[in-house]
Amino acid sequence: MKLVVIGNGMVGFKFCEKLVTADHNQKFQITVFGEESRPAYDRVHLSEYFAGKSAKALSLSDADWYDSNNIELHLGESIRSIDASAKTITSHRGIMTCYDYLVLATGSAAFIPSIPGIEKQGVFIYRTIEDLELITAWAKKSRTAAVIGGGLLGLEAAKAMLDLGINQTHIIEFAPGLMPKQIDDQGSALLQSKLEQLGFVIHTSKNTAEISGDGRITGLRFSDDSVIHVDMLVISAGIKPRDELAKTAGIATGPRRGIVVNEKLQTSDPAIFAIGECALHNGMIYGLAAPGYEMADVLVRNLLHQESASGISQNQEAEFTGFDMSTKLKLIGVDVASFGDPFAAGESVKTIRLQDTVRGVYKRINLSADGKQLIGGILVGDAEQYNMLLQTYKNKLVLPDDPSALILGTRSGPESAEAGLACLPDDALICSCESISKSDICGAVSELGCESVEAIKKCTKAGTGCGGCVPMIKDMMLHTMKANGRYVRNMICEHFACSRQELFDLVKIHSLKTFDEVLDALGKGDGCEICKPVVSSILASLWNEMILKKSNSTAQDSNDRFLANIQKGGTYSVVPRIPGGEITPDKLIVIGQIAKQYNLYTKITGGQRIDMFGAHLNDLPLIWSQLIAAGFESGHAYGKALRTVKSCVGSTWCRFGLHDSVSYAIRIEERYRGLRAPHKIKSAVSGCIRECAEAQSKDFGIIATEKGWNLYVCGNGGSKPQHALLLATDLDSETCIRYIDRFLMFYIRTADPLARTATWLNKMEGGIDYLRNVVVNDSLGMAEIWEKEMQLLVDSYACEWKEAIENPEIRKRFSHFINAPEEKDPTVHFENLRDQKKARDWK
Amino acid sequence: MFESKTITWFRACRDNDLPSNGGACVRFGNEQIALFYFTRRNEWYATQNECPHRKQMALSRGMIGSAGSEPKVACPFHKKTFSLITGECLSGDECSIKTYPVKVDNGYVYIGIENE
Ligand code: SRM
Ligand SMILES: Cc1cc2nc3c(=O)[nH]c(=O)nc-3n(C[C@H](O)[C@H](O)[C@H](O)COP(=O)(O)OP(=O)(O)OC[C@H]3O[C@@H](n4cnc5c(N)ncnc54)[C@H](O)[C@@H]3O)c2cc1C
Ligand code: SF4
Ligand code: FES
Repeated sequence: MKLVVIGNGMVGFKFCEKLVTADHNQKFQITVFGEESRPAYDRVHLSEYFAGKSAKALSLSDADWYDSNNIELHLGESIRSIDASAKTITSHRGIMTCYDYLVLATGSAAFIPSIPGIEKQGVFIYRTIEDLELITAWAKKSRTAAVIGGGLLGLEAAKAMLDLGINQTHIIEFAPGLMPKQIDDQGSALLQSKLEQLGFVIHTSKNTAEISGDGRITGLRFSDDSVIHVDMLVISAGIKPRDELAKTAGIATGPRRGIVVNEKLQTSDPAIFAIGECALHNGMIYGLAAPGYEMADVLVRNLLHQESASGISQNQEAEFTGFDMSTKLKLIGVDVASFGDPFAAGESVKTIRLQDTVRGVYKRINLSADGKQLIGGILVGDAEQYNMLLQTYKNKLVLPDDPSALILGTRSGPESAEAGLACLPDDALICSCESISKSDICGAVSELGCESVEAIKKCTKAGTGCGGCVPMIKDMMLHTMKANGRYVRNMICEHFACSRQELFDLVKIHSLKTFDEVLDALGKGDGCEICKPVVSSILASLWNEMILKKSNSTAQDSNDRFLANIQKGGTYSVVPRIPGGEITPDKLIVIGQIAKQYNLYTKITGGQRIDMFGAHLNDLPLIWSQLIAAGFESGHAYGKALRTVKSCVGSTWCRFGLHDSVSYAIRIEERYRGLRAPHKIKSAVSGCIRECAEAQSKDFGIIATEKGWNLYVCGNGGSKPQHALLLATDLDSETCIRYIDRFLMFYIRTADPLARTATWLNKMEGGIDYLRNVVVNDSLGMAEIWEKEMQLLVDSYACEWKEAIENPEIRKRFSHFINAPEEKDPTVHFENLRDQKKARDWK
Repeated sequence: MFESKTITWFRACRDNDLPSNGGACVRFGNEQIALFYFTRRNEWYATQNECPHRKQMALSRGMIGSAGSEPKVACPFHKKTFSLITGECLSGDECSIKTYPVKVDNGYVYIGIENE
């Protein structure tokens, strides 16, 4: 049977992939025509191209995939006509091909509104890699841009403008609010304010009347006569199914475009099918990848069923009955999701809304009148519950008595999530991109022994599309393992079947000193990039020996291995410690001189010190020799270790200062410098409650009071900021330090790898009250031991850079070529920026 | 049809130049090759030094280890891992790296370059 596919886009490709896998007897001889010059690529992740992903990485298959599956692929070949009676098609080059079955997967094109001036230079659409190349080239000479369309695609295009370094981007939406198809007014108002915080200028209820400029765009004029000036415009105002080919062939199309199909994806001509964004099913065009994939799947099954000679087919007939259009926006910085019927209202619907203006969160869920079923909802600002809500809605799970719990407290945590997973029916779709169900995932875990997310990805493809379901896959995997009676240990990796805390205790009991000793005694295999840094950190926290000694160097995370942070392009940064942020003019001069001598980019960091970027590996020991000679020490900016203790100026100068916060910050920083932990630790000391040092965002923060110091713990900046909680009040300086000793040793001993103190506390049963009991009331009876242990670490501190430059064996490692030690990496290149240099962008 | 390939062995360094269980970068003309001494297994491997993910000359500075029995290297930049035997990306990406044969003879390490 000769099968021809027109369109080599996402759905056309998926169709071929599914057909060749299922067509065991090779009944179909497949020919594909694609108009674009490259084989099918991932349009969903198109925007990552701006963030550096290459066209090659976006490709959906290897170059030889079509060949090795006997698919004849014609690229750059546009089909111009179909002769349905003769069953032939003709391309623009005049090539005629006959078919038994024809599949139209022609997708859609960007909808271009008819605005005068639309043909001007600098006006773009956003659909193909070529479009992206044009946009990228033009953006280089542009400072401002506008995007017409405030829907999913428009916002994605706007984000791309940000990635391209455009200073100001206007988003223009015809409707009164952003994402009008997905979220309600309240949601879009919040979304708008969030996007404004990111620097976008948003115009709603705006109708563009004209694109001004002489041959090349200079601005937009709206119907209310207001104007904006922009250097470029991206139109992202919707899609237009490509049905022109079908239409001229006399195949039925919808009044507002789209090729009409039935449940079997058949068009008005029984030998011709349509799938993906060009297909109009039940009055709907599905502008997402997942429904298109589902159509591809249905069609493959039906074709194989039809072609199985005796009718005894393993391939059941299938029907496409519509698809859920729930979506989550992939913009960074702003969570937005909507599912089911987000707008449901009226008498038969109950709505729960949650608006938290402090955190900037809006959530809405719509319930059936009896409150037992979820009909739909909207999440803006925090979409963490999206996957679970979507599953609850799709699988019609009965809701708890108090449904508001579904969108309230995210911290209530793991138990309820587990219970939720257990309730899901087996056919619940977990990964809708690849249509992988709960039973597929559980099967991979139970029958195929997949016990890591990576393994599940490899064997089921789940999570390889948009990736949004990965957290759920992980939970599902752990849940299944538990249900199977597999003792789910909090394992570090395949080499160590124990938790970090267990390993910490074992290493200590057995007095193990090197990675190899630990692996031989307590693990198996050869180690990996996960367990090596964990073990190295434990060894450092326990024994505080120079980390690069005793062949331990290659077990260090690569930043630790070179005692510097690796950067774009392969150079390193140099961050000397500047305790409390206090520095003398002489030391400032030394930093300036060194930066000049080695041509380093200098910047004041967010941690009150100075970072010198762009040092060649070979130069690091030379730079550090000079710094150390001038009295500097390593700042451990590369280590999971104490970073900075920020200070405010305090009582020495400030009219409000209660105590000398700078002296105390320096004392604290010098006490804990070099201390290695499961993750980095940061601190700050403020001289009064005005809190200029931001102590309440630190792992431990100290604020002066009339009577002493208040100690706060477990704060975090980063992507999930969290305020520190008050541990103890009005402490004298000595007691405060003793409490910090205990707190830090408790954290170092018990936290999971790469858990900051905030995450550690969030998982701790009993929370801050328990922690206070341990630290202040010594409920575990460990206080004295921990204080002693900490004192040992403090006493054994030595600057590791000093040791590194003095030890020829270690120093030798700081060269790029082992066979040409004097030569620097010739592939390192810099560009100029504001009288300094910057790393060259990666491709 | 026969394809005949000859391998030219190029002397990279002494066998004790490399850190144990780690790598180093070798210059070969204008090329950069990452050489690894997997001391635990007493095995030597060589691959291209450039990580295909963001085209960074960095694999020689990566951490080596194993996944099951497969020896691998993790790029220091984003921790993508590659098999040291086949060069295949083990983190689910499409990219792969070139690998080279290695032999040790009389205290010297040689990397095999295939002649076209
Ligand atoms: C240099 C600096 C930015 C700057 O120019 O100001 C910086 C640079 C980096 N930060 Fe940071 N962070 C810097 C202050 C901060 C701060 C602000 C602060 O410390 O007051 C924060 C938020 C506070 C906090 O940590 O709670 C911060 C939160 C992060 C995070 C998120 C941590 C989290 O818990 O979520 C990461 C990622 C990580 O560590 O896993 C990170 C990671 C990084 C890394 C190490 C990324 C990397 O792995 O390469 C950057 C290294 C650049 C380089 O090549 O040297 N950086 N980073 C700041 C150095 C401060 C210093 O003197 O040591
Ligand atoms: C920037 C962007 C972001 C997106 N984000 C998401 C997302 O997050 N999630 C999601 O689910 N979806 C997203 N989408 C939508 C998703 O990409 C589409 O739903 C999907 O690509 C549809 O696949 P398709 O094969 O039907 O159409 P396409 O991928 O458009 O493929 C159709 C192909 O057919 C070719 N063709 C058309 N006519 C002819 C002809 N006559 N002869 C030969 N070839 C022809 C076209 O050139 C094209 O290559 C996004 C789209 C864009 C543009
Ligand atoms: S926020 Fe930190 S990690 Fe992110 S780019 Fe800035 S310096 Fe790098
Ligand atoms: S550059 Fe190697 S993993 Fe990204």
